[in-house]
Amino acid sequence: MKKVFSRPESLRKKFVFHYCPGCGHSIAHRVIAEIIDELGVRGTTIGVPPAGCAVLAYNYFDVDMIEAMHGRGPAVATGIKRVRPECLVFSYQGDGDLAAIGIAETFHAANRGENFTIIFMNNAVYGMTGGQMAPTTLLDQKSTTSPPGRNAVLDGYPVQISEILAMLPGTAYIERCTVNSPANIVKTKRAIKKAFQYQLDGRGFSLIEILSPCPTNWKMSPIDACRWIDDVMSKQFPIGVIKDTPAEAAGKEGAGHDR
Amino acid sequence: MNSKVLMQGNRIIGEAAIRAGCRFYAGYPITPQNEIPEYMAENLRKVEGGVFIQSESEIAAINMVAGAASAGARAMTSSSGPGISLKQEGISSMAAQELPGVIVNMMRGGPGLGNIRPSQGDYFQATRGGGHGDYRTIVLAPGTCQELADLTMDAFDLADRYRIPVVLLADGMIGQMMEPVVFKEPKPRQYSADYVLKGAGTGKAKTIKGLILDPLDMEEHNWKLDRKYRVIAAKETRCEIFNTDEADIVIVAYGTAARVAKGAIKRLGDHGIKAGLFRPISLWPFPTEELRRLAGTRKKFFVFEMSTGQMLEDVRLALQGYADIAFHGRPGGVVPTPVELANVIVRQYRRDR
Repeated sequence: MKKVFSRPESLRKKFVFHYCPGCGHSIAHRVIAEIIDELGVRGTTIGVPPAGCAVLAYNYFDVDMIEAMHGRGPAVATGIKRVRPECLVFSYQGDGDLAAIGIAETFHAANRGENFTIIFMNNAVYGMTGGQMAPTTLLDQKSTTSPPGRNAVLDGYPVQISEILAMLPGTAYIERCTVNSPANIVKTKRAIKKAFQYQLDGRGFSLIEILSPCPTNWKMSPIDACRWIDDVMSKQFPIGVIKDTPAEAAGKEGAGHDR
Repeated sequence: MNSKVLMQGNRIIGEAAIRAGCRFYAGYPITPQNEIPEYMAENLRKVEGGVFIQSESEIAAINMVAGAASAGARAMTSSSGPGISLKQEGISSMAAQELPGVIVNMMRGGPGLGNIRPSQGDYFQATRGGGHGDYRTIVLAPGTCQELADLTMDAFDLADRYRIPVVLLADGMIGQMMEPVVFKEPKPRQYSADYVLKGAGTGKAKTIKGLILDPLDMEEHNWKLDRKYRVIAAKETRCEIFNTDEADIVIVAYGTAARVAKGAIKRLGDHGIKAGLFRPISLWPFPTEELRRLAGTRKKFFVFEMSTGQMLEDVRLALQGYADIAFHGRPGGVVPTPVELANVIVRQYRRDR
């Protein structure tokens, strides 16, 4: 009998994801693992999980991993990639990790055109600590630290980090996706695979932002959380390719500095 | 035999690091150590596999060093007080993850922004771990430019041997001065590469982590680190004992303060006071036993620091009330002359009589 579906080689053999029902992390993990398998690079991949819900990613991925302090993933990934340019290196970060406490590390890794990939999980809240306001929390969105809803005057505005990073000449590929439907999961997989391929081709910095449902902290059912991404969240954070630098443009071919 | 060259202290650190096999440096500009990143920018990139990055922040620099260390490189960063404070998160993390690395602190006056003059105010921070959690780093305190060269090389060996961050603690004066130096031949790198990440190949994936949620497991990790620290404390103390055979008074000082003390010892002889010097070279582990042995026959110890009295506490712990301890300190970036120190000791000694 032909086997048509199985657990990816790049995920460990026996575990149960600790993520909440309806959370996007486990989908994203699986998609990344499938791509690592398809590219045949499990043996040369190094991942950098963050402080946050996904800190235990190394319990799920069967690839080499080093946990970074909160927000420091891009700095740790920079050190790894510069020492081991032959490896596929990715950091996996949430919105607080990437767009608040680690904004400097993220911005400058992108600006240096570091040749690694960031998987940016945007769920508009701090998940692991219990649903506080994140840099990406929408206006009027309720959180434990914006109880009446985010107020622009008092709390500032949601940050569109992908659009900001796209302005930097060092960035090669940036796309925003979501994992709220089978069709969107397929598109997300295509995007991450493209980003990894760009990295393997030495084309520089890539980032895939994933709008990820957090039913627990949004206080919604998983189905409603998926709908909320379509109806509300993606209006603030539009889905699609934000930047795709052709290989020949700006001398990017091989520009991903090995050193 | 390598020939003798005249070099500035900060540049000596860069050269010694490269000769020791350092292949990754990340740093951020701060006075009085800017010649280190400048030297690395010019020279490390010329070496095969050498990576120099001017990082966006001190925090990024230490985390880049952590990443490079996890990938198997000999890696270094450098800074001064305010920047070292920012690096503490990363140093704590490297201690937890048992990653090797070298961190240079060319101390300046503090607290806060302080000033850019030589100081020894970061002794507590360096020798008590510095960041959060239950850990130590090895701390080496050079007193001459020759020692800058030797201890920089030794720092990489110790970091590898014990998989621990090693702090080279000097100050703006040693960093800025020029002295003749001979670079010794570096030892071949000896370490177990079991932890190094390079991709799992066809084998088992490796994980480097510091998050251990189960308190009993975290406790065991703390005890494991503690066992390592005890081995280091037993095997890696270093000190210089100078002119103590006939001495009535033993001055205890390290780094630049010890240089001033040596000058003072000559002048004290003119006053008929026989003084010697006990100079800790490893500040952690502190050479407690060596100092205590000295207290078997000598009862007057005079601690001199360019701070309000930090190493003083370790001297008290070592001597445990079995000797008289006096103290003179000049914090805030002041470097007193040997004449001043000699006069202070003369006054102390005559009053005691």
